[in-house]
Amino acid sequence: MTRFLLPLAFFALLLVVLVVGLKHAPDKSLIPSPLIGKSAPAFTLSSLFDPRESVSARDLGGRWSLVNVWGTWCVECRAEHPELLQIKQQGLVPIIGIDWKDNDDDAQAWLSQLGNPYDRVGADRDGRVAIDWGVYGAPETFLISPAGKVVHKKIGAMTADVWQREFLPLIQAATTR
Amino acid sequence: MPIELAHFALILALMLAAAQAWFGLAGPALRNERWQATAPFAACGQFVFVALSVGLLIHAFIDNDFSVKYVAENSNSALPLFYRVTAMWGAHEGSMLLWILVLSLWTLALVSRLRTLPPSFGARAIGVLGIISFGFLLFTLLTSNPFTRLIPAVPDGNDLNPVLQDPAFAVHPPILYMGYVGFSVSFALACAAMIEGRRDQLWAHWIRPWAVMAWAFLSCGIALGSWWAYYELGWGGFWFWDPVENASFMPWLAGTALIHSLAVTDKRGLFKSWTLLLAVSAFSLSLLGTFLVRSGVLVSVHSFAADPTRGVFILAFLVVMIGGALVLYAWRAPLMKSAAGFDFISRESFLLFNNILLAIATAVVFGGTLAPLIADTLKLGTLSVGPPYFNPSFLVPAVPLLALVALGMHTRWKRGGLGTARRPVLIAFGVALVLGLALSLGVYMHPLPLTPVGAVVGCWIILAALIDPVARLLRRQRVPANVLGMSVAHIGLGIFALGITFVQSNTIERDIALKPGQSTQLGEYVFQYLGGGDVEGPNYEGYRGKVSVTRHGQTVATLFPEKRHYWVQGTVQTTAAIDPGLSRDLLASLGDDVGAGAWSLRVQYRPLIRFVWIGALIMAIGGTISVIGRRERSAVGERSTSQSAAENRA
Repeated sequence: MTRFLLPLAFFALLLVVLVVGLKHAPDKSLIPSPLIGKSAPAFTLSSLFDPRESVSARDLGGRWSLVNVWGTWCVECRAEHPELLQIKQQGLVPIIGIDWKDNDDDAQAWLSQLGNPYDRVGADRDGRVAIDWGVYGAPETFLISPAGKVVHKKIGAMTADVWQREFLPLIQAATTR
Repeated sequence: MPIELAHFALILALMLAAAQAWFGLAGPALRNERWQATAPFAACGQFVFVALSVGLLIHAFIDNDFSVKYVAENSNSALPLFYRVTAMWGAHEGSMLLWILVLSLWTLALVSRLRTLPPSFGARAIGVLGIISFGFLLFTLLTSNPFTRLIPAVPDGNDLNPVLQDPAFAVHPPILYMGYVGFSVSFALACAAMIEGRRDQLWAHWIRPWAVMAWAFLSCGIALGSWWAYYELGWGGFWFWDPVENASFMPWLAGTALIHSLAVTDKRGLFKSWTLLLAVSAFSLSLLGTFLVRSGVLVSVHSFAADPTRGVFILAFLVVMIGGALVLYAWRAPLMKSAAGFDFISRESFLLFNNILLAIATAVVFGGTLAPLIADTLKLGTLSVGPPYFNPSFLVPAVPLLALVALGMHTRWKRGGLGTARRPVLIAFGVALVLGLALSLGVYMHPLPLTPVGAVVGCWIILAALIDPVARLLRRQRVPANVLGMSVAHIGLGIFALGITFVQSNTIERDIALKPGQSTQLGEYVFQYLGGGDVEGPNYEGYRGKVSVTRHGQTVATLFPEKRHYWVQGTVQTTAAIDPGLSRDLLASLGDDVGAGAWSLRVQYRPLIRFVWIGALIMAIGGTISVIGRRERSAVGERSTSQSAAENRA
């Protein structure tokens, strides 16, 4: 009789393993950036709007800032765009855009249509800078401290929730100290 | 067409699935014949609405409706029409919908064969399938809705993953799911037998064709997937022991055990409870695979976007379905007593070994796949399990399993011994010994220790499988479909074994940087890099190299490996160039531009690799023959099942 209960017992054990696995699953999708705590990678890009101007790592530092990697070909970028505009309106941090593997005309049209949340936008046409920044896929947003260090990184769309829970506390904690 | 209509159709399908489950199970239980008779109609209705829903989603893809989030994320207006259709199952949400469509197709097939089953038994099986449908429909609607709008719409979509832009992607998932999901029918029939507490063995006779058909589809689906990975990924490998591959391989192993165990239960009334457990296990492993692939608990190259809420839902569903079936098993299996006995050397005992070895093989794969999770649970740290574990461990059950096939096929039921087959089986072994040793030591030299064993066993299986049909043809007798099916499937197995043996022991591969004009030698073949140039496709640009292959100074093949850059997703993909051949494949793939005109190249020589897929395909054909032949037999004769079983035994 009991031998017919064995499969059930085995399944119960398996369930324990699966539940633990599921609990730990979110950690696996987090890809920690090796850049966290280090200086922002140096880069120099020509400005999207004026090729004679450049956007570089010197535009970071001295104050809190965000670096946002985006492209007009990226669906999630469109989803996060309104939130970036919101952040710009709050005026707490400037946003530096890196327009990744994009067509300049498309990118300019996008910003004039949807609004421009960026202080400066560099055009990373061949994607070299994104490689230095360890970008997995657009959109990605980095928080840079006044000392020019990478403090936080978000893969995927910026939302009001992410901004308030992940980014704002980091800035506030540092400024109130 | 508004996508909301598709959403609505799927909600209706959910309700019909609930009706199907209720009427199918409550009808026979409450002896309400009208309810019982309603279940099949609910199943048909469910199919209609699922099909409508799928059709409308495909329409949104064809129509480039980027206001649908799922379409925007997985398609692009530059994507060729063919791939816009197949993009429907290109990501988690749509592939769940395909899963459901396949399940309702199988249900429909069972409905069409209901007259071969007692009404209450059939209704119960339909009811169990209804529960499964309901669970997956609810899952899709609540956690993985492909009909969500994207407002505002985007002008163009994110494109289909380039790896999936391949003709094989049109057939691989549907056929694989036909196999994977097909075991739901044997699961449902086994549950119906347990609910009814049947003491006879007729249920085994009823389950057999469904299990064999699902198994044939799964064999075919896995082979297709392996072939696709081989030429698309361009690494030259055909099996990576990736968790997702294992997720389809475990049901296959359990299913293989099931169809052999069913034969014993059907013909001799033995192994009843074991057969039931296998029928439950095969589909449970399919469900477990679905969980592993879609919950993000394991890291795999095939993984869908992970979402823990999905994991929680599927886990709850596993508890209901697998837990429920196993409770039913613990309650009813003790009723199923096997009265008859058998000799130590008999068909039954060989099939018992077959089942034990296949169960061990399943356990090996299961343990390796779940090891990272188990280590995590026991706080042993992170663990990664790959080919160094799987390859040798899997051989432990696989070698004796293959070695026993030729004898097992010809051993008589019950009484024991080989009987009249003794001489031909031994002759076949002698011939196989000569052939196998000649192949492994003469033709393909430098063997691994197991190469001669694999070669001899592979040849022996093929020759032994030929004995029965050839003997009947010589006596000018008809070859019954079940005999033919079994022979063909085992010939496929032998071919498969030969393929695996030689591709494992005699493959040569090399990574090398070559300038135009430089060459490298692999065995008898000389690969010369002749330079290359830029190419442009509909949605990519890339570089195409030219490699000529010569053997004894004569040109055998000219290969054009490519490295493509897909604009929209910004992904880079290498496309291997393959010169296929029955006796060997020659491959070249591009690595990186290492400067000064030189490219790093990977060149490979793989003997008999086609045998692996051809063998699997022949196995699937064998299974199909036996199912189709069986249908003819039951349609032609009015004989009762016990009579035909007695005849088969003779």
